[in-house]
Amino acid sequence: MLAPLQQPMSAASWMAGRDTMAGEANDEHDKARRFRDAALPHLDDVFTLARYLMRNPTDAEDAVQECYLRALRHFDSYRGPAMKPWLLAILRNVCNAEFARRGRQETPAGLADDEQAEATPPIWQEPQASPETALLRQQDGDTIRRLVAALPQPFREAIVMREINDLSYHEIAEVAGVPVGTVMSRLARARAMLRSAWTVAEGATP
Amino acid sequence: MNCADAEIMLHALIDGELDAGHARDVEAHVATCPACAEELKTFRAMRATMAEANLKEAAPVQLRSRIEAALAVPVARVAAPRQSLLAPWRASWRTFFGGFTIGTALSAAVAASLVIAVVRNDQNQQIASDVVSAHLRSLQAGHLTDVETSDQHTVKPWFNGKLDVAPPVIDLTAQGFTLIGGRLDYINGQPVASIVYRRRKHVINLFVGEPLGAAVRGVKDESVQGFNIRHWREAGLDLWAVSDIDAGELDEFGQKFTAALHAPGPS
Repeated sequence: MLAPLQQPMSAASWMAGRDTMAGEANDEHDKARRFRDAALPHLDDVFTLARYLMRNPTDAEDAVQECYLRALRHFDSYRGPAMKPWLLAILRNVCNAEFARRGRQETPAGLADDEQAEATPPIWQEPQASPETALLRQQDGDTIRRLVAALPQPFREAIVMREINDLSYHEIAEVAGVPVGTVMSRLARARAMLRSAWTVAEGATP
Repeated sequence: MNCADAEIMLHALIDGELDAGHARDVEAHVATCPACAEELKTFRAMRATMAEANLKEAAPVQLRSRIEAALAVPVARVAAPRQSLLAPWRASWRTFFGGFTIGTALSAAVAASLVIAVVRNDQNQQIASDVVSAHLRSLQAGHLTDVETSDQHTVKPWFNGKLDVAPPVIDLTAQGFTLIGGRLDYINGQPVASIVYRRRKHVINLFVGEPLGAAVRGVKDESVQGFNIRHWREAGLDLWAVSDIDAGELDEFGQKFTAALHAPGPS
Protein backbone atom coordinates (compact mmCIF):
# COMPACT_ATOMS: atom_id res chain seq x y z
CA MET A 1 0.00 0.00 0.00
CA LEU A 2 2.72 2.39 0.91
CA ALA A 3 5.00 1.52 -1.92
CA PRO A 4 3.21 3.42 -4.72
CA LEU A 5 3.08 6.46 -2.48
CA GLN A 6 6.72 6.23 -1.58
CA GLN A 7 7.90 5.82 -5.12
CA PRO A 8 7.31 9.38 -6.35
CA MET A 9 8.53 10.77 -3.07
CA SER A 10 11.81 9.01 -3.26
CA ALA A 11 12.20 10.00 -6.89
CA ALA A 12 11.62 13.61 -5.90
CA SER A 13 14.12 13.41 -3.10
CA TRP A 14 16.61 11.85 -5.48
CA MET A 15 16.15 14.74 -7.82
CA ALA A 16 16.57 17.21 -4.99
CA GLY A 17 19.58 15.27 -3.86
CA ARG A 18 21.04 15.35 -7.30
CA ASP A 19 20.83 19.15 -7.47
CA THR A 20 22.50 19.57 -4.12
CA MET A 21 25.21 17.12 -4.94
CA ALA A 22 25.82 18.60 -8.34
CA GLY A 23 26.16 21.95 -6.62
CA GLU A 24 28.62 20.53 -4.14
CA ALA A 25 30.51 18.84 -6.93
CA ASN A 26 30.84 22.16 -8.70
CA ASP A 27 32.02 23.85 -5.53
CA GLU A 28 34.55 21.11 -4.99
CA HIS A 29 35.59 21.35 -8.57
CA ASP A 30 36.00 25.08 -8.37
CA LYS A 31 37.98 24.69 -5.18
CA ALA A 32 40.29 22.15 -6.81
CA ARG A 33 40.80 24.46 -9.74
CA ARG A 34 41.62 27.44 -7.55
CA PHE A 35 43.96 25.29 -5.54
CA ARG A 36 45.68 24.00 -8.65
CA ASP A 37 46.23 27.51 -9.98
CA ALA A 38 47.62 28.69 -6.66
CA ALA A 39 49.69 25.69 -5.62
CA LEU A 40 51.08 24.04 -8.74
CA PRO A 41 53.42 26.91 -9.63
CA HIS A 42 55.34 26.05 -6.44
CA LEU A 43 55.80 22.39 -7.27
CA ASP A 44 59.53 22.71 -8.01
CA ASP A 45 60.10 24.51 -4.72
CA VAL A 46 58.18 21.90 -2.78
CA PHE A 47 59.97 19.09 -4.56
CA THR A 48 63.39 20.63 -3.95
CA LEU A 49 62.81 20.97 -0.21
CA ALA A 50 61.43 17.43 -0.16
CA ARG A 51 64.61 16.16 -1.79
CA TYR A 52 66.68 17.70 0.98
CA LEU A 53 64.36 16.60 3.79
CA MET A 54 63.83 13.03 2.61
CA ARG A 55 67.25 12.50 1.01
CA ASN A 56 65.77 10.00 -1.41
CA PRO A 57 64.00 10.85 -4.67
CA THR A 58 61.21 8.29 -4.33
CA ASP A 59 60.39 9.28 -0.76
CA ALA A 60 60.55 12.91 -1.82
CA GLU A 61 58.01 12.35 -4.58
CA ASP A 62 55.64 10.54 -2.23
CA ALA A 63 55.97 13.32 0.31
CA VAL A 64 55.26 15.99 -2.30
CA GLN A 65 52.17 14.18 -3.52
CA GLU A 66 50.88 13.72 0.02
CA CYS A 67 51.64 17.38 0.69
CA TYR A 68 49.49 18.54 -2.22
CA LEU A 69 46.64 16.26 -1.28
CA ARG A 70 46.72 17.48 2.31
CA ALA A 71 46.99 21.06 1.18
CA LEU A 72 43.89 20.69 -0.97
CA ARG A 73 41.99 19.22 1.98
CA HIS A 74 42.94 22.22 4.09
CA PHE A 75 42.59 24.76 1.31
CA ASP A 76 39.28 25.98 2.75
CA SER A 77 41.02 27.17 5.87
CA TYR A 78 43.93 28.71 3.97
CA ARG A 79 43.96 32.43 4.60
CA GLY A 80 47.35 33.34 3.29
CA PRO A 81 49.54 35.26 3.37
CA ALA A 82 51.79 33.37 0.98
CA MET A 83 51.17 30.03 -0.71
CA LYS A 84 54.78 28.86 -0.91
CA PRO A 85 55.62 28.87 2.82
CA TRP A 86 52.21 27.37 3.54
CA LEU A 87 52.92 24.45 1.23
CA LEU A 88 56.43 24.04 2.59
CA ALA A 89 55.11 23.93 6.15
CA ILE A 90 52.69 21.17 5.14
CA LEU A 91 55.49 19.32 3.37
CA ARG A 92 57.64 19.57 6.47
CA ASN A 93 54.83 18.07 8.55
CA VAL A 94 54.40 15.27 6.05
CA CYS A 95 58.11 14.48 6.20
CA ASN A 96 58.22 14.62 9.99
CA ALA A 97 55.19 12.35 10.20
CA GLU A 98 56.90 9.92 7.86
CA PHE A 99 60.04 9.87 9.95
CA ALA A 100 57.98 9.42 13.10
CA ARG A 101 56.09 6.55 11.47
CA ARG A 102 59.33 4.86 10.55
CA GLY A 103 60.57 5.35 14.06
CA ARG A 104 63.71 6.77 12.61
CA GLN A 105 63.43 10.12 14.26
CA GLU A 106 65.16 12.55 12.00
CA THR A 107 64.83 15.46 14.40
CA PRO A 108 66.60 13.81 17.36
CA ALA A 109 69.17 12.55 14.89
CA GLY A 110 69.49 16.16 13.93
CA LEU A 111 70.20 16.97 17.55
CA ALA A 112 73.03 14.50 17.63
CA ASP A 113 74.38 16.17 14.52
CA ASP A 114 73.87 19.43 16.31
CA GLU A 115 76.11 18.43 19.21
CA GLN A 116 78.70 17.29 16.80
CA ALA A 117 78.51 20.59 15.05
CA GLU A 118 78.82 22.29 18.42
CA ALA A 119 82.02 20.38 19.09
CA THR A 120 83.52 21.57 15.86
CA PRO A 121 85.38 24.78 16.50
CA PRO A 122 83.87 27.72 14.68
CA ILE A 123 85.48 27.88 11.31
CA TRP A 124 86.27 31.59 11.54
CA GLN A 125 88.76 30.89 14.31
CA GLU A 126 90.73 28.58 12.12
CA PRO A 127 93.61 29.99 10.17
CA GLN A 128 92.48 30.43 6.63
CA ALA A 129 94.87 31.01 3.80
CA SER A 130 92.39 32.83 1.63
CA PRO A 131 88.81 31.72 1.96
CA GLU A 132 87.44 33.90 -0.76
CA THR A 133 89.83 32.65 -3.42
CA ALA A 134 88.68 29.16 -2.54
CA LEU A 135 85.12 30.26 -3.10
CA LEU A 136 85.95 32.07 -6.28
CA ARG A 137 86.67 28.69 -7.74
CA GLN A 138 83.12 27.77 -8.52
CA GLN A 139 81.84 24.49 -7.30
CA ASP A 140 79.52 22.81 -9.71
CA GLY A 141 75.87 22.41 -8.82
CA ASP A 142 76.17 18.74 -7.94
CA THR A 143 78.95 19.35 -5.45
CA ILE A 144 77.02 22.16 -3.80
CA ARG A 145 73.92 19.96 -3.60
CA ARG A 146 75.96 17.21 -1.97
CA LEU A 147 77.43 19.62 0.55
CA VAL A 148 74.04 21.09 1.42
CA ALA A 149 72.50 17.62 1.69
CA ALA A 150 75.22 16.64 4.15
CA LEU A 151 74.32 19.41 6.61
CA PRO A 152 72.54 18.32 9.79
CA GLN A 153 68.80 18.80 9.75
CA PRO A 154 67.75 22.12 11.22
CA PHE A 155 70.59 23.85 9.36
CA ARG A 156 69.91 22.01 6.14
CA GLU A 157 66.30 23.08 5.91
CA ALA A 158 67.14 26.63 6.93
CA ILE A 159 69.71 27.07 4.19
CA VAL A 160 67.54 25.37 1.56
CA MET A 161 64.54 27.53 2.39
CA ARG A 162 66.69 30.64 2.34
CA GLU A 163 68.95 30.06 -0.67
CA ILE A 164 66.83 27.85 -2.88
CA ASN A 165 63.23 28.47 -1.92
CA ASP A 166 63.99 32.15 -1.43
CA LEU A 167 61.94 32.52 1.74
CA SER A 168 62.34 35.45 4.10
CA TYR A 169 63.53 34.90 7.68
CA HIS A 170 60.01 35.50 8.85
CA GLU A 171 58.63 32.86 6.48
CA ILE A 172 61.30 30.34 7.43
CA ALA A 173 60.47 30.98 11.08
CA GLU A 174 56.82 30.23 10.36
CA VAL A 175 57.54 27.06 8.45
CA ALA A 176 60.02 25.73 11.01
CA GLY A 177 57.97 26.96 13.97
CA VAL A 178 60.87 28.78 15.61
CA PRO A 179 61.56 32.46 16.40
CA VAL A 180 63.18 34.64 13.75
CA GLY A 181 66.30 34.95 15.91
CA THR A 182 66.73 31.19 15.78
CA VAL A 183 66.46 31.28 12.01
CA MET A 184 69.21 33.89 11.92
CA SER A 185 71.58 31.86 14.08
CA ARG A 186 70.77 28.63 12.23
CA LEU A 187 71.60 30.27 8.95
CA ALA A 188 74.86 31.62 10.34
CA ARG A 189 75.78 28.13 11.51
CA ALA A 190 74.60 26.52 8.30
CA ARG A 191 76.76 28.82 6.21
CA ALA A 192 79.76 28.38 8.46
CA MET A 193 79.46 24.59 8.22
CA LEU A 194 78.88 24.79 4.52
CA ARG A 195 81.95 26.91 4.07
CA SER A 196 84.19 24.50 5.93
CA ALA A 197 82.83 21.56 3.94
CA TRP A 198 83.26 23.63 0.82
CA THR A 199 86.89 24.32 1.60
CA VAL A 200 87.48 20.62 2.17
CA ALA A 201 85.80 19.76 -1.13
CA GLU A 202 87.92 22.41 -2.76
CA GLY A 203 91.05 20.80 -1.37
CA ALA A 204 89.92 17.40 -2.68
CA THR A 205 89.59 18.76 -6.21
CA PRO A 206 92.87 18.75 -8.06
CA MET B 1 79.08 45.75 18.31
CA ASN B 2 81.53 42.92 18.89
CA CYS B 3 82.61 40.11 16.58
CA ALA B 4 80.32 37.57 18.26
CA ASP B 5 77.24 39.65 17.44
CA ALA B 6 78.52 40.54 14.02
CA GLU B 7 79.21 36.99 12.97
CA ILE B 8 75.51 36.20 13.32
CA MET B 9 74.14 39.51 12.13
CA LEU B 10 76.22 39.77 9.01
CA HIS B 11 74.17 36.94 7.58
CA ALA B 12 71.03 38.92 8.14
CA LEU B 13 72.81 41.82 6.46
CA ILE B 14 73.67 39.65 3.45
CA ASP B 15 70.09 38.48 3.29
CA GLY B 16 68.74 42.00 3.45
CA GLU B 17 66.83 41.25 6.64
CA LEU B 18 68.23 43.97 8.88
CA ASP B 19 66.54 47.26 9.54
CA ALA B 20 68.52 50.38 8.71
CA GLY B 21 69.79 50.91 12.26
CA HIS B 22 71.16 47.39 12.70
CA ALA B 23 72.57 47.34 9.19
CA ARG B 24 74.49 50.51 10.01
CA ASP B 25 75.82 48.92 13.20
CA VAL B 26 77.04 45.82 11.40
CA GLU B 27 78.59 47.84 8.60
CA ALA B 28 80.31 50.08 11.13
CA HIS B 29 81.80 47.04 12.84
CA VAL B 30 82.86 45.45 9.57
CA ALA B 31 84.57 48.68 8.55
CA THR B 32 86.85 48.47 11.57
CA CYS B 33 87.31 44.69 11.77
CA PRO B 34 89.27 43.02 8.94
CA ALA B 35 88.31 39.52 10.12
CA CYS B 36 84.59 40.25 9.95
CA ALA B 37 85.06 42.10 6.67
CA GLU B 38 86.66 38.94 5.28
CA GLU B 39 83.74 36.91 6.59
CA LEU B 40 81.24 39.16 4.94
CA LYS B 41 83.06 38.96 1.62
CA THR B 42 83.33 35.18 1.79
CA PHE B 43 79.71 34.58 2.61
CA ARG B 44 78.58 37.05 -0.01
CA ALA B 45 80.65 35.15 -2.58
CA MET B 46 79.24 31.86 -1.36
CA ARG B 47 75.70 33.13 -1.63
CA ALA B 48 76.34 34.40 -5.15
CA THR B 49 77.85 31.08 -6.19
CA MET B 50 74.85 29.18 -4.83
CA ALA B 51 72.47 31.50 -6.62
CA GLU B 52 74.35 31.01 -9.88
CA ALA B 53 74.37 27.24 -9.49
CA ASN B 54 70.59 27.33 -9.79
CA LEU B 55 69.95 24.64 -7.23
CA LYS B 56 66.22 24.45 -7.53
CA GLU B 57 65.22 21.10 -8.92
CA ALA B 58 62.52 20.56 -11.45
CA ALA B 59 59.87 18.18 -10.21
CA PRO B 60 59.85 15.04 -12.36
CA VAL B 61 57.27 15.11 -15.09
CA GLN B 62 55.54 11.97 -13.87
CA LEU B 63 55.18 13.46 -10.38
CA ARG B 64 53.64 16.57 -11.85
CA SER B 65 51.15 14.57 -13.88
CA ARG B 66 50.39 12.30 -10.94
CA ILE B 67 49.52 15.33 -8.84
CA GLU B 68 47.61 17.00 -11.64
CA ALA B 69 45.61 13.82 -12.11
CA ALA B 70 44.91 13.63 -8.40
CA LEU B 71 43.74 17.23 -8.38
CA ALA B 72 41.74 16.82 -11.55
CA VAL B 73 39.01 15.70 -9.30
CA PRO B 74 35.70 14.15 -8.83
CA VAL B 75 34.68 13.72 -12.44
CA ALA B 76 37.44 11.34 -13.29
CA ARG B 77 36.97 9.69 -9.93
CA VAL B 78 33.35 8.86 -10.56
CA ALA B 79 33.88 7.81 -14.14
CA ALA B 80 36.95 5.64 -13.50
CA PRO B 81 38.54 5.38 -10.10
CA ARG B 82 42.29 5.59 -10.35
CA GLN B 83 44.42 3.09 -8.56
CA SER B 84 47.47 5.24 -8.16
CA LEU B 85 45.90 7.69 -5.76
CA LEU B 86 46.74 7.67 -2.13
CA ALA B 87 44.23 5.84 0.01
CA PRO B 88 43.04 8.70 2.23
CA TRP B 89 42.50 10.84 -0.80
CA ARG B 90 40.38 8.17 -2.44
CA ALA B 91 38.46 7.64 0.74
CA SER B 92 37.43 11.24 1.06
CA TRP B 93 36.02 11.27 -2.44
CA ARG B 94 34.33 7.97 -1.90
CA THR B 95 32.56 9.52 1.06
CA PHE B 96 31.70 12.51 -1.02
CA PHE B 97 30.11 10.37 -3.69
CA GLY B 98 28.90 7.86 -1.15
CA GLY B 99 25.36 8.14 -2.51
CA PHE B 100 26.40 6.62 -5.78
CA THR B 101 27.84 3.46 -4.42
CA ILE B 102 24.33 2.24 -3.64
CA GLY B 103 23.79 -0.26 -6.37
CA THR B 104 20.44 0.80 -7.73
CA ALA B 105 19.61 1.65 -11.26
CA LEU B 106 18.26 4.95 -10.10
CA SER B 107 21.45 6.03 -8.37
CA ALA B 108 23.45 4.94 -11.38
CA ALA B 109 21.29 7.12 -13.57
CA VAL B 110 21.69 10.02 -11.21
CA ALA B 111 25.41 9.48 -11.09
CA ALA B 112 25.58 9.48 -14.87
CA SER B 113 23.68 12.73 -15.13
CA LEU B 114 25.87 14.27 -12.49
CA VAL B 115 28.98 13.34 -14.42
CA ILE B 116 27.57 14.94 -17.53
CA ALA B 117 26.61 18.06 -15.60
CA VAL B 118 30.06 18.31 -14.04
CA VAL B 119 31.87 17.60 -17.28
CA ARG B 120 29.98 20.21 -19.19
CA ASN B 121 30.44 22.70 -16.44
CA ASP B 122 34.07 21.79 -16.34
CA GLN B 123 34.56 22.73 -19.95
CA ASN B 124 32.85 26.06 -19.52
CA GLN B 125 34.84 26.70 -16.39
CA GLN B 126 37.98 25.77 -18.24
CA ILE B 127 37.14 28.29 -20.92
CA ALA B 128 36.21 31.00 -18.42
CA SER B 129 39.45 30.36 -16.58
CA ASP B 130 41.40 30.46 -19.87
CA VAL B 131 39.75 33.74 -20.75
CA VAL B 132 40.82 35.26 -17.46
CA SER B 133 44.33 33.84 -17.76
CA ALA B 134 44.70 35.25 -21.26
CA HIS B 135 43.42 38.58 -20.01
CA LEU B 136 45.91 38.56 -17.14
CA ARG B 137 48.76 37.65 -19.47
CA SER B 138 47.80 40.46 -21.81
CA LEU B 139 48.13 42.97 -18.98
CA GLN B 140 51.79 42.20 -18.48
CA ALA B 141 54.13 44.70 -20.03
CA GLY B 142 54.45 44.34 -23.77
CA HIS B 143 51.81 41.63 -24.08
CA LEU B 144 48.70 43.64 -24.69
CA THR B 145 48.73 44.09 -28.44
CA ASP B 146 50.48 42.59 -31.44
CA VAL B 147 49.11 45.33 -33.62
CA GLU B 148 48.64 48.61 -31.89
CA THR B 149 46.39 51.08 -33.54
CA SER B 150 43.04 52.68 -33.03
CA ASP B 151 42.26 52.17 -36.70
CA GLN B 152 39.85 49.29 -37.14
CA HIS B 153 40.84 49.05 -40.81
CA THR B 154 44.37 48.21 -39.76
CA VAL B 155 43.45 45.78 -37.01
CA LYS B 156 40.98 43.74 -39.04
CA PRO B 157 43.29 42.83 -41.96
CA TRP B 158 46.04 42.03 -39.47
CA PHE B 159 44.11 38.92 -38.48
CA ASN B 160 43.97 37.70 -42.08
CA GLY B 161 45.74 34.42 -42.47
CA LYS B 162 46.19 34.06 -38.74
CA LEU B 163 42.72 32.75 -38.05
CA ASP B 164 40.11 30.74 -39.89
CA VAL B 165 37.55 33.38 -39.11
CA ALA B 166 37.35 37.07 -39.81
CA PRO B 167 36.68 38.70 -36.47
CA PRO B 168 34.58 41.84 -36.48
CA VAL B 169 36.74 44.78 -35.46
CA ILE B 170 34.67 47.76 -34.50
CA ASP B 171 35.84 51.10 -33.23
CA LEU B 172 33.70 52.07 -30.28
CA THR B 173 35.61 55.22 -29.33
CA ALA B 174 32.53 57.34 -29.86
CA GLN B 175 30.63 55.07 -27.49
CA GLY B 176 33.25 55.40 -24.76
CA PHE B 177 35.34 52.30 -25.51
CA THR B 178 38.59 53.11 -27.28
CA LEU B 179 39.99 50.55 -29.69
CA ILE B 180 43.69 50.18 -28.96
CA GLY B 181 44.72 47.18 -31.00
CA GLY B 182 44.58 43.47 -31.61
CA ARG B 183 46.41 40.35 -30.62
CA LEU B 184 46.41 36.66 -31.38
CA ASP B 185 45.68 34.55 -28.31
CA TYR B 186 44.61 31.06 -27.34
CA ILE B 187 41.53 29.91 -25.48
CA ASN B 188 41.15 26.24 -24.71
CA GLY B 189 43.98 25.49 -27.13
CA GLN B 190 42.29 27.26 -30.04
CA PRO B 191 43.57 30.41 -31.66
CA VAL B 192 41.29 33.38 -31.12
CA ALA B 193 41.41 37.03 -31.99
CA SER B 194 41.72 39.40 -29.10
CA ILE B 195 40.48 42.87 -29.83
CA VAL B 196 41.64 45.23 -27.16
CA TYR B 197 39.67 48.19 -25.90
CA ARG B 198 40.24 50.68 -23.19
CA ARG B 199 37.62 52.16 -20.92
CA ARG B 200 39.14 54.93 -18.82
CA LYS B 201 42.17 53.12 -17.39
CA HIS B 202 40.70 49.65 -17.70
CA VAL B 203 41.53 47.20 -20.43
CA ILE B 204 38.84 45.12 -22.05
CA ASN B 205 39.89 42.07 -24.01
CA LEU B 206 37.29 40.92 -26.48
CA PHE B 207 38.12 37.37 -27.53
CA VAL B 208 36.55 36.23 -30.76
CA GLY B 209 36.81 32.73 -32.08
CA GLU B 210 35.04 29.79 -33.55
CA PRO B 211 32.38 28.38 -31.28
CA LEU B 212 33.86 26.57 -28.30
CA GLY B 213 32.24 24.41 -25.70
CA ALA B 214 28.55 24.21 -24.97
CA ALA B 215 26.20 26.46 -26.90
CA VAL B 216 25.22 29.65 -25.13
CA ARG B 217 21.79 31.07 -25.37
CA GLY B 218 21.69 34.80 -25.07
CA VAL B 219 24.31 36.37 -22.87
CA LYS B 220 26.13 34.63 -20.08
CA ASP B 221 27.74 36.76 -17.40
CA GLU B 222 30.33 35.31 -15.12
CA SER B 223 32.81 36.50 -12.58
CA VAL B 224 36.12 34.68 -12.20
CA GLN B 225 38.85 35.79 -9.81
CA GLY B 226 37.31 39.23 -9.64
CA PHE B 227 37.11 39.69 -13.40
CA ASN B 228 33.84 39.97 -15.21
CA ILE B 229 33.23 37.92 -18.31
CA ARG B 230 30.42 38.47 -20.77
CA HIS B 231 30.02 35.59 -23.15
CA TRP B 232 27.73 35.52 -26.11
CA ARG B 233 27.45 34.02 -29.57
CA GLU B 234 26.90 36.10 -32.64
CA ALA B 235 27.32 35.73 -36.40
CA GLY B 236 28.54 32.19 -35.87
CA LEU B 237 31.30 33.30 -33.52
CA ASP B 238 31.83 32.99 -29.81
CA LEU B 239 32.67 36.23 -28.06
CA TRP B 240 34.01 36.78 -24.58
CA ALA B 241 34.52 40.25 -23.20
CA VAL B 242 36.65 40.25 -20.07
CA SER B 243 37.70 43.13 -17.87
CA ASP B 244 37.89 44.40 -14.34
CA ILE B 245 35.26 47.03 -15.08
CA ASP B 246 31.96 46.27 -13.43
CA ALA B 247 29.46 43.90 -14.94
CA GLY B 248 27.08 46.73 -15.87
CA GLU B 249 29.68 48.54 -17.93
CA LEU B 250 30.83 45.34 -19.54
CA ASP B 251 27.25 44.64 -20.50
CA GLU B 252 27.02 48.13 -21.97
CA PHE B 253 30.15 47.37 -23.97
CA GLY B 254 28.65 44.15 -25.31
CA GLN B 255 25.40 45.83 -26.27
CA LYS B 256 27.17 48.66 -28.05
CA PHE B 257 29.39 46.21 -29.86
CA THR B 258 26.38 44.21 -31.03
CA ALA B 259 24.51 47.35 -32.03
CA ALA B 260 27.50 48.61 -34.04
CA LEU B 261 27.92 45.21 -35.66
CA HIS B 262 24.39 45.28 -36.93
CA ALA B 263 24.37 48.96 -37.76
CA PRO B 264 23.70 49.59 -41.43
CA GLY B 265 26.18 51.25 -43.71
CA PRO B 266 29.94 51.51 -43.54
CA SER B 267 31.21 51.35 -40.01
